Amino acid sequence: MKTMTLFKSAVGGLALSLAAPVTAVAEDSIYVPLFTYRTGPFAGSGTPIADGMHDYLAMLNERDGGIGGVKLVVDECETGYDTKKGLECYDAVKPKNPVIVNPWSTGITLSLIPKASVDKIPILSMAYGLSASARGDVFPWVFNPPATYWDGLSEILKYVGGGSIDALKGKTVGYLYFDAGYGREPIPMFQTLAKEVGFTLKLYPVAPANMQNQSAQWLDIRRDNPDFLVMYGWGAMNPTAIKEAAKAEFPMDKLVSIWWPNDADAASAGDGAKGFKMLNWHGTGANYPALADIQKLVIDKGKSQTPRGEVGEVLYNRGVYNSVLIAEAIAQAQKITGKKVVTGEDVRRGLENLNLDAARFKELGLDGFAGSFKTTCADHNSHSATFVQQWDGAKWTKASDLIGPDTARVEPLLDEAAKAYAEKNAGWPARSEPCDNK
Amino acid sequence: MDLLRAIFIDPFAQMIGSPDLLAQTIWEGFVGGVLYALIALGFVLIFKASGVFNFAQGIMMVFAALTLVGLHEKGVPAWVALILTIAVMYALAVGIERLVLRPLVNQPDIILFMATFGITYFLIGLGELVFGGNPKSMITKELFLPGGSIDLHIPGGRVQLQKLDIAAAAVALIMVAGLALFFQKTRIGRALRAVADDHQAALSVGISLNQIWVIVWFTAGVVALATGIFWGARSDVSFALQVVALKALPVLILGGLTSVPGAIVGGLIIGIGEKLGEFYWGPLLGGGIESWLAYIIALAFLLFRPQGLFGEKIIERI
Amino acid sequence: MFYREAGQYKTTYAADMAIFPIRQDRYGLALILLIAFVAIPAFGNQFLINTMMIPFLILSLAAIGLNLLTGYTGLLSLGTGAFMGVGAYACYKLETFFPQVNILVWIVVSGFVSALVGVAFGLPSLRIKGFYLAVATLAAQFFLEWCFARVPWLVNYNDSGAIEVPSETLFGLSVTGPTATPVTRYLVVLTIVAAMAWIASNIVHGRIGRMWMAVRDMDIAAELIGIRLLRAKLLAFAVSSFYVGVAGAMMVFLWLGAAEAEAFNIDLSFQILFMIIIGGLGSIVGAFFGATIIHLLPIALRALPAMVGLSIDAARIDQLTFMITGILIIVFLIAEPHGLARLWQTAKQKLRVWPFPY
Repeated sequence: MKTMTLFKSAVGGLALSLAAPVTAVAEDSIYVPLFTYRTGPFAGSGTPIADGMHDYLAMLNERDGGIGGVKLVVDECETGYDTKKGLECYDAVKPKNPVIVNPWSTGITLSLIPKASVDKIPILSMAYGLSASARGDVFPWVFNPPATYWDGLSEILKYVGGGSIDALKGKTVGYLYFDAGYGREPIPMFQTLAKEVGFTLKLYPVAPANMQNQSAQWLDIRRDNPDFLVMYGWGAMNPTAIKEAAKAEFPMDKLVSIWWPNDADAASAGDGAKGFKMLNWHGTGANYPALADIQKLVIDKGKSQTPRGEVGEVLYNRGVYNSVLIAEAIAQAQKITGKKVVTGEDVRRGLENLNLDAARFKELGLDGFAGSFKTTCADHNSHSATFVQQWDGAKWTKASDLIGPDTARVEPLLDEAAKAYAEKNAGWPARSEPCDNK
Repeated sequence: MDLLRAIFIDPFAQMIGSPDLLAQTIWEGFVGGVLYALIALGFVLIFKASGVFNFAQGIMMVFAALTLVGLHEKGVPAWVALILTIAVMYALAVGIERLVLRPLVNQPDIILFMATFGITYFLIGLGELVFGGNPKSMITKELFLPGGSIDLHIPGGRVQLQKLDIAAAAVALIMVAGLALFFQKTRIGRALRAVADDHQAALSVGISLNQIWVIVWFTAGVVALATGIFWGARSDVSFALQVVALKALPVLILGGLTSVPGAIVGGLIIGIGEKLGEFYWGPLLGGGIESWLAYIIALAFLLFRPQGLFGEKIIERI
Repeated sequence: MFYREAGQYKTTYAADMAIFPIRQDRYGLALILLIAFVAIPAFGNQFLINTMMIPFLILSLAAIGLNLLTGYTGLLSLGTGAFMGVGAYACYKLETFFPQVNILVWIVVSGFVSALVGVAFGLPSLRIKGFYLAVATLAAQFFLEWCFARVPWLVNYNDSGAIEVPSETLFGLSVTGPTATPVTRYLVVLTIVAAMAWIASNIVHGRIGRMWMAVRDMDIAAELIGIRLLRAKLLAFAVSSFYVGVAGAMMVFLWLGAAEAEAFNIDLSFQILFMIIIGGLGSIVGAFFGATIIHLLPIALRALPAMVGLSIDAARIDQLTFMITGILIIVFLIAEPHGLARLWQTAKQKLRVWPFPY
């Protein structure tokens, strides 16, 4: 047993020596870990997001010397969209005093939610994760702005109903979804709506293992011939679904997706993808001063892995938006506390007091990039309005005005879900964190 | 009673009610089955000649397709990229024979099986390192693969046949026919069959096992490339495709591990069976039963024929 | 020199058949237990305990379970991940039905549920063998995974569709949930794993173990000498699934803290299988060796560039880790196809006769 002991102690020693230098992250910097996945089956969605998140923060370091004069230490940890690796990343970054974590996976988010309040590290799960975490009074450490999947669903249904969900009465609506927590979350609400409004709901689950093998689902769709098809896809599921839709001659403008497809997903189906629609809440294209700064100060200087032409894609800009939220939260935290080097607890307060209006976006060099929104202690989400954009074969065009969520239907669900979560997780702590914007 | 009706009557009523959908379902199942069969074919070739249950066949498919597309992205013309990819698959076969099979000769099956996991890990890392993890579109136009579809009009509606799928079926047919000819008519083919029958006897009449292994792994690599091109054209070339390759396992088991016709027949049974099952009976269970139905079908067959449909009879002696 | 059995006389058969017949081995084991129970909790940091030791122990336990089936009885299974899932979901359901009973009771009881399911899926093993059986167990893997994803009752209709772990205490000390310290969870896991490993090594050294090995070596011959194959094989499935189920319950409740169905996917099954092949088929200690290589080595590899001061992209490191792990698997197989456990045996033998090898 001696060699085993030796081996164990060697490995243990390695871990210890690893952990030793990390506590020495400089006193005058802010540590922002980014959980990314550039490998594995979801790399197609993960890479542009990772690039966008990294580049914006790197640009702030280059252009402004960080935030409020404090440099950001940006550190990527590869999760491969795997919960176990995500937890490994979390434990690896925790000793370095991160001010925020972005899990970028619903599975990792669910594992981290209970830890957040104990470890005092806020979680930013931007428009993914647990919808109920929009309730700040139950989940003071979790933030999922600017909209939840339930908001998204009500927005899509309002759009296809021509402004009101009630117009769908008598219609058939199909739901093509990634068969995991993410895709299943909206189903109860969908079913309730179907009953209330009186439309027929058809479910088409796509198992993670069958992402690229969807012919059965599209046969079902051909049989049921739904009037509209709502899609919640991820990774390789998106391009495959768009291709299958084109192949099956499904009318593209009746296919409306939640906000996760990327340019490449639509482009890979060629001309067949023309007319494909998806929700979005921020601009596409590289025509913003901040993005130009990124190009000039980060990409052109070789400080990023971003390939040519990726800036301006939906998911790249999504990554940038995520980093805007991080940066704003840190800036707010500095403003509230008056400290330069903020901690996780301060950034939590910052996230709770986000106030991004049009003027602020203009200051950031992102004029008209996204709609304004505010978070409060009770509302960690803001339930922002989104718009529908349409693929014209080469780029996205705006296809609708802003559509707000059906608040009357979403709010009670959120309350109920948050309450159920706290009840089921016996011993869930009541909120004790003070509020800055009562 | 309602349940019995839903299981035993309604699906068949549906089939008769809309024959176009039935035909379409069978066609989709057929195409899926052909592609499963192609992956299974790679497994069978290797298993016959070297007794290795090659788990890496799935990743070889992804790796081959990725190399082709990746080279093209780097500016290499399509046909040069195709030749280069075939060369890469040859180098891979030589490398595997030299570095993995030769040192592990005469080891138990499970050790060789495990070694192919090592190859899988290595190829995943290498593929992502060189070409990146992003999904890539298959270069269908450059390879002169047809696009669009043909509509067949039958009573009750139409059946849509993708030209690409027809091409896939044709290529599969040509490959199987070619392999059969190769096995039956050429010197190397005879040597291959000799090795498959009995390694030691083959060695004793002067057949070089090492050479045969290289040839077999290379052939499996080319089959993998063909499969990768067609799966890639149907969706995208990405590492998630590797999971689809797992579907070849029930096909293989159903057909029998050592039988080329078994791989084809097994592929078609699984392909068509799972599509029909999913389409007509899936809704009863909330859909998505495709992920395990293939295994259950294979298991049901196995209970009656433990060596698969076309496998060699297992004779047990003390 | 120190590893010498000279002077240790055995006067009973029991002593001769003991699991650790040599005194030095017993001291060695005591030392390891001492380090594991005292030194690591006292000096280990959170990363060591949380990310390295807890998963290492849990995966080792699952590997022991699979080894009982594959290594000792010769039945190849690719459904380990799903059976871990059965344990986890059973534990969650039992825990939410009867929250007043201690969680540790349920972790162990969930093993029995897993054993039942294991027996059901083990039935085809009577007719099907080898790789054919492996694919039959894949049917279990995919079918159960589909059930986890598709039966909302299993997760108490949670909106997230995931198991959420409530906080539970043991003697007033928090064991599960976010407030449980890593050290507490580590000690709980360690106790369970040590106890079950001890039981397993007793099983395989006894009548049942010999029966299994006879089935493994040739089942027809085993049948001829009076072993009932049906009972032997199903017992192997039951005991193996029990171990695997307990490991699965611990994985969710003491390590991950929440789990979607994807946590129990086929990759997990393969991972456990790698462990027993690399570690050594038919060896309890091999399961620990295997978990070291498959779980701890990649973590070490990922950490290596940062240690030597190289800055490589996170994604690059991951890709290189994949490649190196692949190469190492092949290298280990070539160096010692019977696994690290055999290497360990050889080393011990060499040590025993050192410095005069014969």
